[in-house]
Amino acid sequence: MQVKEYKPLIVAFCCNWCSYAGADLAGNNRLAYPADVKIIRVPCSCRVNPMFVLRAFQRGADGVIICGCHPGDCHYTSGNYYTRRRMAALFSMLDYLGIEKERTRVEWVSAAEGAKFAATMNDFAEKVAALGENKRLEDLRCKK
Amino acid sequence: MQRIGVFVCWCGSNIAGTVDVQAVSEALKNEPGVVFSTNYQYMCSQAGQNIIKDAIAEHKLTGIVVCSCSPRMHEATFRKTAAAAGLNPYMVEIANIREQCSWVHKDMLTGTEKAIILGKAAVAKVNLNTPLTAGESPVTKRALVIGGGIAGIQTALDIADAGFPVDIVEKKPTIGGKMAQLDKTFPTLDCAACILTPKMVDVAQNENIRIFSYSEVTEVKGFVGNFDVTIKKHARFVKEDICTGCGACTEKCPMKKVPNEFNLGMDNRSAIYIPFAQAVPKVATIDPNYCNMLKKGKCGLCAKVCAAGAIDYTQKDEYISEKYGAIVVATGFNPISMDKFDEFAYNQSKDVITSLEFERLTNAAGPTAGKLVRPSDGKHPHTIVFVQCVGSRCSACAEKGKEYCSKICCMYTAKHAMLTRDKYPDTEVYVFYIDVRTPGKNFDEFYRRAVEEFGVNYIKGMVGKVTPEGDKLKVQASDLIANKQLHIDADLVVLAAAIEPDKSARPLATMLTASMDTNDFFTEAHPKLRPVESPTAGVFLSGACQGPKDIPETVSQAGAAASKVIGLLAKDKLTGNPCVAHSNELMCNGCSSCERVCPYGAISYEDKEFRMPDRTTKIRRVAVVNPAVCQGCGACTVACPSGAMDLKGFASAQIIAEVDAICK
Amino acid sequence: MQKITREQLIDKAVSLLENGTVEAVLGWGKGEFDYDVTPTVFKTADEINAGFVWNDFCGANFSRYLVAKTGKIEGKILVFLKPCDTYSFNQLLTEHRFDREKVYAVGIPCEGMADIAKVKAVCGEGISAINCDGEKIAVTTLYDDEPIMVDAKDVLAERCVNCKSKKHVAYDELLGEEGEVVDSARFDEVAKIEAMTPDERFAFWQNELSRCIRCNACRDACPACTCEKCVFDNPNSGVENKAPANSFEEKMFHIIRAFHVAGRCTDCGECSRVCPQNIPLHLLNRKFIKDINEFYGEYQAGAEVGSRAPLVDYTTGDIEPGEVFDRRDTNA
Repeated sequence: MQVKEYKPLIVAFCCNWCSYAGADLAGNNRLAYPADVKIIRVPCSCRVNPMFVLRAFQRGADGVIICGCHPGDCHYTSGNYYTRRRMAALFSMLDYLGIEKERTRVEWVSAAEGAKFAATMNDFAEKVAALGENKRLEDLRCKK
Repeated sequence: MQRIGVFVCWCGSNIAGTVDVQAVSEALKNEPGVVFSTNYQYMCSQAGQNIIKDAIAEHKLTGIVVCSCSPRMHEATFRKTAAAAGLNPYMVEIANIREQCSWVHKDMLTGTEKAIILGKAAVAKVNLNTPLTAGESPVTKRALVIGGGIAGIQTALDIADAGFPVDIVEKKPTIGGKMAQLDKTFPTLDCAACILTPKMVDVAQNENIRIFSYSEVTEVKGFVGNFDVTIKKHARFVKEDICTGCGACTEKCPMKKVPNEFNLGMDNRSAIYIPFAQAVPKVATIDPNYCNMLKKGKCGLCAKVCAAGAIDYTQKDEYISEKYGAIVVATGFNPISMDKFDEFAYNQSKDVITSLEFERLTNAAGPTAGKLVRPSDGKHPHTIVFVQCVGSRCSACAEKGKEYCSKICCMYTAKHAMLTRDKYPDTEVYVFYIDVRTPGKNFDEFYRRAVEEFGVNYIKGMVGKVTPEGDKLKVQASDLIANKQLHIDADLVVLAAAIEPDKSARPLATMLTASMDTNDFFTEAHPKLRPVESPTAGVFLSGACQGPKDIPETVSQAGAAASKVIGLLAKDKLTGNPCVAHSNELMCNGCSSCERVCPYGAISYEDKEFRMPDRTTKIRRVAVVNPAVCQGCGACTVACPSGAMDLKGFASAQIIAEVDAICK
Repeated sequence: MQKITREQLIDKAVSLLENGTVEAVLGWGKGEFDYDVTPTVFKTADEINAGFVWNDFCGANFSRYLVAKTGKIEGKILVFLKPCDTYSFNQLLTEHRFDREKVYAVGIPCEGMADIAKVKAVCGEGISAINCDGEKIAVTTLYDDEPIMVDAKDVLAERCVNCKSKKHVAYDELLGEEGEVVDSARFDEVAKIEAMTPDERFAFWQNELSRCIRCNACRDACPACTCEKCVFDNPNSGVENKAPANSFEEKMFHIIRAFHVAGRCTDCGECSRVCPQNIPLHLLNRKFIKDINEFYGEYQAGAEVGSRAPLVDYTTGDIEPGEVFDRRDTNA
């Protein structure tokens, strides 16, 4: 029997121009999503270094989501295209190492998609919560 | 160590209703660097701002955190407040505890907990903030327009009218571009020359405009406000300032068998020529590939007949260097080559022509003086087949055509069909189409007139094959609506060839570090919100170089580009965004990864000498970011393997500090 | 046994030194043991004759040494490059890491290099001498009277078993015959791991990576890891610290290392060769290479100078990060 309610910790990197504004719109429309989601503002999703993602996991995050403008709509024209390649490669690598693939996600959320932002966060938080605590990355080099 | 002040806003009950603001300001008091923490009903109000200003003075704050609404709402406000109190505005961070907290969470405990964490993240970030100052750079108040078609002409006129000097660089001997070759224009059917040539004259007479015709841009250096451009002026062997454009030389020139490119090779011109009567500048040019004097040193007739003495066989290419504040690309388009479309027998029969050739055939100043006749035998055609989308919307045949819609063909074909039926009612006209696309003011009405009033036969379906047989062209086609094969004996077949960007655009894009799409159209800074700006600051787009466009669209885009240029040139100084990338040269490998991902061409390299630990020196290639051009996206920071590249205001250490604060 | 002989290489090196073409020679030098061959800079013919080594243990890829060495001499340096080394050579040129003018590159054929771990598996410890001159490798140990004869094919290094190319993509001069790009099975092992369940994959990597002692050998031998200052040595990167004081770096090192060379790694296999714990690090690099090939089209880093690495490039229709898994799941 689990006694203490498990609450996942989720870090969301949001680009300033689309997704952060999408999160603001979710707020304006009072669309609820779990408080477990904490947003970090970055100018563009392409500012997110894989090191930040790993750092979050290392410090105890259970899920990391990166949100940017839809492909083709990047404020800086091409930033999210680089994000897409980098994160596809990184996430595939994490999966290759046996880290649960549900813990990482890239989602394109425009400034008009407040509802999508909230729905995405609800869905992501639910999936991450179902996995439980993120032990694997922590244990990657600690063979028992 | 920073001295940080924390200011928690209630936003009335917007925040205070779900977040215990008192608890938040208390909790943040104990964070590292925080020396003052308070809360207030409306932080953005005058009274609230005064609390911040007073605290900055009283507690000698070096940084502040405002826990309030979204930074998209009031970051600018609080930055101004800080600046007014003598604090660098970039020492302000906002914790968004309204949109991202009180408004989306219902439970007071949860909301308060999260607000504290968001506040801690902001405090952690401010601890690593450094004062930032926006750089300034001067603006050269002169614009360069590359391309002298209707797009370039309109842009140049608009900029010049605002009082700024403009140079037009045109690679042909005259400005005018494609529009000068057209006969009538849709949907009004006014003649192209009648509306274009007065504008060309305006350009010639405008004191603010210089025309570099028969010239091209060979080098571009610098950045927004400060471009250094080298223009190569090809030798035309005629002194431009002396030639009166009388045309005596062109009449006397014995070499008259030069294909006339203005008429698309449908007639000939002389080796010394003026492209057309209304050319601007109206001066002669000697074609060195055909001139006997230049090739063999024999002839010299033109020099003898030139009363002004303008002929100079020794003229050399000339290079001109000029500084510009803004550059407008207006390099336009060309119809694609029909060489690969064997099915339409373009190369087999003279009577299979492109639409642009049709324009010349119907133009009063064209090779037939406007009489529509077959190029092969000069006979009047009684049956004409127009084929739409030749090489456009051609996804299956990407190696010879284009995937995109060329946009203008539906309308000009309707125009051609209508004009033919109007002038020659005895001529049957068929138009084969995939779809007829007429989005534009009065466009659909125009097309319907072609069908309903002028009896043009529009047939949905494609032409499969054109076979020359005797003096007829056997056209085999399908009618998709009637679901049958058609066989038409045509006298003339007109192909609506797809249009593509001019070949000069690609090398130019490289020089400008302006980005292009896979079709070599220039990309805009934002497809919806910044349609006439290139992502490269100071480079603007006008006309079909950005995508297929008709004349009204081109002119409006040209005007828009001009207004953006004017807005730029009106400034004495450009203030940059201080949140730009910068490279630590001690760590930089000079590997070029950052340069490759920079959409703005803001990164260049220089060789720098470094002192090594063993007292030797080493020259290394290192990246240098131009802060006037960098827009601060941060793509380079991740591409950089060594971490030498960082972004001011969003430094790696700052973001990691936020991550740590959140994950604690 | 290598087709090209030590004498041929020495002749070439000495003649280039003596006619003044080069000022120094980057070659394999004698180490502690016969199998312990060390990258060495030779300045004279005497040094070369005395210390130059060429045998089945000359695995070291010299490309990365050019970054440091070319800056230290006035004239040119001679470097011997095996086919796989030439890819690293080109990749470093693409990244402007050394001055091509200061290098005289001699391409040499390679029949594959031996893996000392495999030799030891056959002959045991206590190897006192190895002779690679004959048809077979003769291994003398402290415990056996007669040398043990080992077939070179049986002790080939993993990267040579899965050799990707016998072709030199860069050189000033080629000794011996040019080979071809080889159709290798180098991604089979990656595919095997991909086919495991997540739990199995995790167990596999936990087993491998737990052996890591963070000696940095993989980084220090890697021709793609030539950064002036590595992020793991940089106090401002937020991930600095060699010792496990900072637990982040301790665990993420291998992911970040592989990511930093993704799209730039030529798959030369130096990381795995130098790993004292025999961690199959190349399987991390090859995962990125395999993914990149599958997602963005075949790409061989270093095949040509100036090519754009896939992670600093994009197309508008690239695969979404989420689709990566769907695709694999449907393939499975």
